[in-house]
Amino acid sequence: MAYLEIVGIRKTFGEVVALDEVTLSIERGEFFTLLGPSGCGKTTLLRIVAGFETPDRGSVQLEGEEITEVPPNRRNMGMVFQAYSLFPNMTAEENVEFGLRVRGWPAAERARRVAELFDLIGLSAARKRYPFQLSGGEQQRVALARALAIEPKVLLLDEPLSALDAKIRVQLREEIRAIQKRLGITTLYVTHDQEEAMAISDRVAVLSHGRIEQIGPPAEIYENPLTPFVASFVGTMNRLEGTVQDGREGLVNYRGIQLRVNAARGRDPGTRVFVFIRPEVVEVRLVGEGDGLKGRIFSQSFMGPVTRLRIALDQGGELIADIPSARAKALTMGMEVIATFPPDAAGILNI
Amino acid sequence: MVPFFAYVGAFLLLPSAAVLVGAFRDPEGHWTLRYIAAIFEGQYLRAFLNSVEISAVTALGGGIFGFLVAYAAVTGGPRWVRPALTTFSGVAANFAGVPLAFAFIATLGTTGLITQLLRSLFGLDLYAHGFTLFSFTGLSLTYLYFQLPLMILIITPAIDGMRREWWEAAANLGATDLQYWRYIGLPVLLPSLLGAMVLLFGNAFAAYATPYALTSGVVNLVTMQIGNVLQGNVLSDPQLGQALAVGMIVVISFSMSLYTFLQRRTARWLR
Ligand SMILES: Nc1ncnc2c1ncn2[C@@H]1O[C@H](COP(=O)(O)OP(=O)(O)O)[C@@H](O)[C@H]1O
Ligand SMILES: [Mg+2]
Repeated sequence: MAYLEIVGIRKTFGEVVALDEVTLSIERGEFFTLLGPSGCGKTTLLRIVAGFETPDRGSVQLEGEEITEVPPNRRNMGMVFQAYSLFPNMTAEENVEFGLRVRGWPAAERARRVAELFDLIGLSAARKRYPFQLSGGEQQRVALARALAIEPKVLLLDEPLSALDAKIRVQLREEIRAIQKRLGITTLYVTHDQEEAMAISDRVAVLSHGRIEQIGPPAEIYENPLTPFVASFVGTMNRLEGTVQDGREGLVNYRGIQLRVNAARGRDPGTRVFVFIRPEVVEVRLVGEGDGLKGRIFSQSFMGPVTRLRIALDQGGELIADIPSARAKALTMGMEVIATFPPDAAGILNI
Repeated sequence: MVPFFAYVGAFLLLPSAAVLVGAFRDPEGHWTLRYIAAIFEGQYLRAFLNSVEISAVTALGGGIFGFLVAYAAVTGGPRWVRPALTTFSGVAANFAGVPLAFAFIATLGTTGLITQLLRSLFGLDLYAHGFTLFSFTGLSLTYLYFQLPLMILIITPAIDGMRREWWEAAANLGATDLQYWRYIGLPVLLPSLLGAMVLLFGNAFAAYATPYALTSGVVNLVTMQIGNVLQGNVLSDPQLGQALAVGMIVVISFSMSLYTFLQRRTARWLR
């Protein structure tokens, strides 16, 4: 039995089914992320774990104990909210101290622990400030320290970075991950940002419409999406709709063009499939340099190390290719090109 | 800014100054403290005490109950409750004077509807038990009719400003509801609550039409006394009225200063 078990949770709000048969096991010390678009039920699940919502069905178990009915203030879980959750009438220090105060810790021990936490978040200079005197990023750090002060059994974070600037977002997520690893604290993290989820998690659960689509380590989710939703939600993905032509050789027919896809091996000829190709594995050459998907570049956007090309295929449909920016210089808008991909780099799902 | 100062000067400062000066001069134009001394005596002192008492009681009562009602409406209940309450409060807060007095006489007067109902249904005779609408209690009850909705109107935005995350964060950290209110809820709301109650105090202190209509001008309040002087009902000089007005200004200024002082203490953490 895992440290935190979420079993068969269903939750409805009137007609809306927010969560439908959600089951998850989270190990002790794991950084587990719920990833999904807005409205898919992430917050609801987190609030059920925290005790702010009661599920219609299903249960939550912590260290083998049923806690579904335990009120929030007896669950010992630290929560970090999206923004503005610090108590406005207390200084940063008093905020962090609050959980210890209601637990009746003696003043000296409280002071020691609070100093430790400000050290941990690197904000010792801001201890006496009120929340309105702190930047958004600083507020979230203090909120994190406040949640950690009580040494919670589980740390819950609901999109804690989504209200911050891009740069601070990246910096703070690394910090959260580092602190989590240092303390070895079991963490349930919620985000709609797939890049963020990939960057900091041990495992990710992808949610859509209140259902779990896939659970796995970030690399597995990225490289081997199990559903069309996961494929399109996590990272950018090309999706070509074709028919298996030869299950032994691994050939897929896409509008008259033969594509070599290893993953198609063992599938029955005539099966309708989606072929999934990541933009970064697509190779683009000038026309005349071999076979492939022929098309015309209609958009080119510089993204730093890579340049993203959009190619309108002669057969219809389009293909996105991310190629090293140095090489992209030779490829300009309107140019006729051939796109290919390695046979082992594409995924397949039956339609 | 010029129109603003012109407005304040013409309608606030000038009349106040005239009242202030008038209160210290006798009809012959000599400076005197006679009239000011008079308001510290007998029926005039009583009037001030009565006015302060009824204002304080109805500000506190209306403030507390108004807050509770507003809090309940904002945080719970069906969707339609809130707009209904706001609309009702908007009307009720301005329902004062003769119509209000009449409404109360019609319901709680000697032959009022509720008085009669209680008598016939439960055999309970309010007036036999010492209640009368024309007493301090009755007048307070009538004041509450506009104090409570006024409180609801002013305090609702402050309650809206309370974030659900505060309660949730507190609960997460192990706090009980009581601890949340003691350490967060009340301290955060206190400046608004105090401000609103000072407003209620002033509102009751300056009320004239309602007590006049309800008691035919018999109840001894500062506004009644000033009214009597102005109408020449009492053998007295206009200077006395001005002295009474000065007294009112002092009381209101004092309550505002108290409010500012408390506000400073409770709102250190506000911008
Ligand atoms: N208190 C509530 N009342 C009614 N509907 C709600 C409530 N909370 C959430 N929902 C609905 O449940 C669904 C999931 O919401 P939520 O868990 O907040 O999604 P997410 O956090 O993934 O954006 C949404 O359709 C939302 O509108
Ligand atoms: Mg959410």
